[in-house]
Amino acid sequence: MAIDAEEPDRRDFLVLAASAFVAVGGAMTLWPFIQQMNPDAGAQALASIEVDLAPVKEGQAITVLWRGKPVFIRHRMPEEISAATAVPMKDLIDEFARNDALPEDALATDLNRTKQGHENWLIMVGICTHLGCVPKGQAQGDSKGDFGGWLCPCHGSHYDTAGRVRKGPAPRNLEVPVYDFVSDTKIKIG
Amino acid sequence: MSGISYGTYEPKTKIGKWMDERLPLGRMLYVQFVDFPTPRNLNYWWTFGGILSFCLVAQIVTGVVLAMHYQPSADMAFDSIERIRRDVNFGWLIRNLHAVGASMFFIAAYIHIFRGLYYGSYKAPREVLWIIGVLIFLVMMATAFMGYSLPWGQMSFWGVTVITNLFSSLDSIWKGLGTTIVEWLWGGYAVTGATLNRFFSLHYLLPFVLAALVALHLWALHVVGQNSPTGLDVKTPSDGVPFTPYATSKDAVGMFAFLLLFSWFAFFLPDYLGHADNYIEANPLVTPPHIVPEWYFLPFYAILRAIPSKLMGVIAMFAAIGVLLFVPWLDTSRVRSTKYRPIYRWFFWLFVFSAVALGWLGSKPPEGDYVFWARVFTFYYFAHFLIVMPLVGWLETPLKVPGSITEAVLGKEQGAKPAPAKT
Repeated sequence: MAIDAEEPDRRDFLVLAASAFVAVGGAMTLWPFIQQMNPDAGAQALASIEVDLAPVKEGQAITVLWRGKPVFIRHRMPEEISAATAVPMKDLIDEFARNDALPEDALATDLNRTKQGHENWLIMVGICTHLGCVPKGQAQGDSKGDFGGWLCPCHGSHYDTAGRVRKGPAPRNLEVPVYDFVSDTKIKIG
Repeated sequence: MSGISYGTYEPKTKIGKWMDERLPLGRMLYVQFVDFPTPRNLNYWWTFGGILSFCLVAQIVTGVVLAMHYQPSADMAFDSIERIRRDVNFGWLIRNLHAVGASMFFIAAYIHIFRGLYYGSYKAPREVLWIIGVLIFLVMMATAFMGYSLPWGQMSFWGVTVITNLFSSLDSIWKGLGTTIVEWLWGGYAVTGATLNRFFSLHYLLPFVLAALVALHLWALHVVGQNSPTGLDVKTPSDGVPFTPYATSKDAVGMFAFLLLFSWFAFFLPDYLGHADNYIEANPLVTPPHIVPEWYFLPFYAILRAIPSKLMGVIAMFAAIGVLLFVPWLDTSRVRSTKYRPIYRWFFWLFVFSAVALGWLGSKPPEGDYVFWARVFTFYYFAHFLIVMPLVGWLETPLKVPGSITEAVLGKEQGAKPAPAKT
């Protein structure tokens, strides 16, 4: 019986198996070299911080550092709250709340950006959703942008008094982290 | 290339002969850098290749020295740079040479790129040579960007934050993809000391990648031969001269002039090309009121900011460099050199103007008229490559190109004869 060259023989099997072995082995060797660059367990550990809000008077704002990021805490004035509540959803660039405590499709109403009963406190990660700068608007003399909230100096994104992007290149509203009121004047972020 | 040769390599010593039979390194250097036929009509714009090689070597030498004194940690980086400037013996000099050297490297690279564009040095058969050049430019930019992060000043920190965040725009293509990449680059949830440390490692690695790419660039150049101001190749021995001493001495003159400029900055204006805010230590809580990258990135930064959409801005910025890869096929002209292209010449200078204007606009805040003009020049930047290059090359009637380099230099009659002897 003549040997049929078209039929896979033992050699073909060995070449295929060896190649597959090398490919899988190569990928497995590569993985640690990629994974080593990701945040390690120490960086991942969900550090939480407590912030005392008592010294922050109405109209004032403070910035605290949480997980290496600035968190904006603003004690809003009644007119700032009413300005934010009055904005119709269709005027927003990003209509989702971006509140880590709420479902992803929650709308960006003023209520969804704060905690019920504590609407005077606006607490957000102070990192522009465009390219990660820290927007101006926390300190006394800062420009607060066209909508009375924050203005990113890098590329000109304007945020309103609920931290929602209203103008400029930023695609999303400022992120609201998970936080809880431990007491009436103390919050725990994270 | 054309097989033209002005001399032969004969090892004179016994050791030379012995070596030549085993590893003919001397022969290779002789053929490529002494006997190599160089167009006789090269102008001073052609000296920038040699100047760029010098820049790379200078950056590696000063960089290796700086790494002996630098501390790549968030706590110590800023102070260690100050220590280098004040305490380390001659640290002020070596640090200035390295920082100013980066700017000089880019000045030379931009002149080299514009020279290539003007004289059609990307056209067949130099496509691969050109593409390797674009890759060199990309790696240069990555190296410079990471190097600028190392002093860990405010501009370092926020420059890194803004540029690495460019990748987060991928979130709008596939949810979470951009964030995953950015956190992978950072090694955390923000730019931290972990980021600085890895940038230092890569900043040390990439110049050697550059050196390898430069070797490929030179190899490709020596296969196809040099272009010339007329856009003609060396075809006969009288079209060219041997590389040494002719091109080497001309390169030396260009290099000397370049080093005068280099020294002027290094000794008298070492911080002129940098930003004052980078002498404030990095602070993750405060963004400087006006972030600008180093001057050599400004045109691309202007393009990024000219586009209102985050993802499209990032795409446009990378496309501004990526489009260079296709230039050999976008230019439809029959002649290489813009010297013989009466219409394209105007568009070329308009392009140079746009690039410089974008650079100026990139240093301005992103508001009002600046944004409008940035959009106008961004449009022309791309239109030049995608509309003007194909269309003008097709419509334009070029001027008459001389039959050879010899004819272009000596005139038609003498072209055929050897140059007249001096009396």
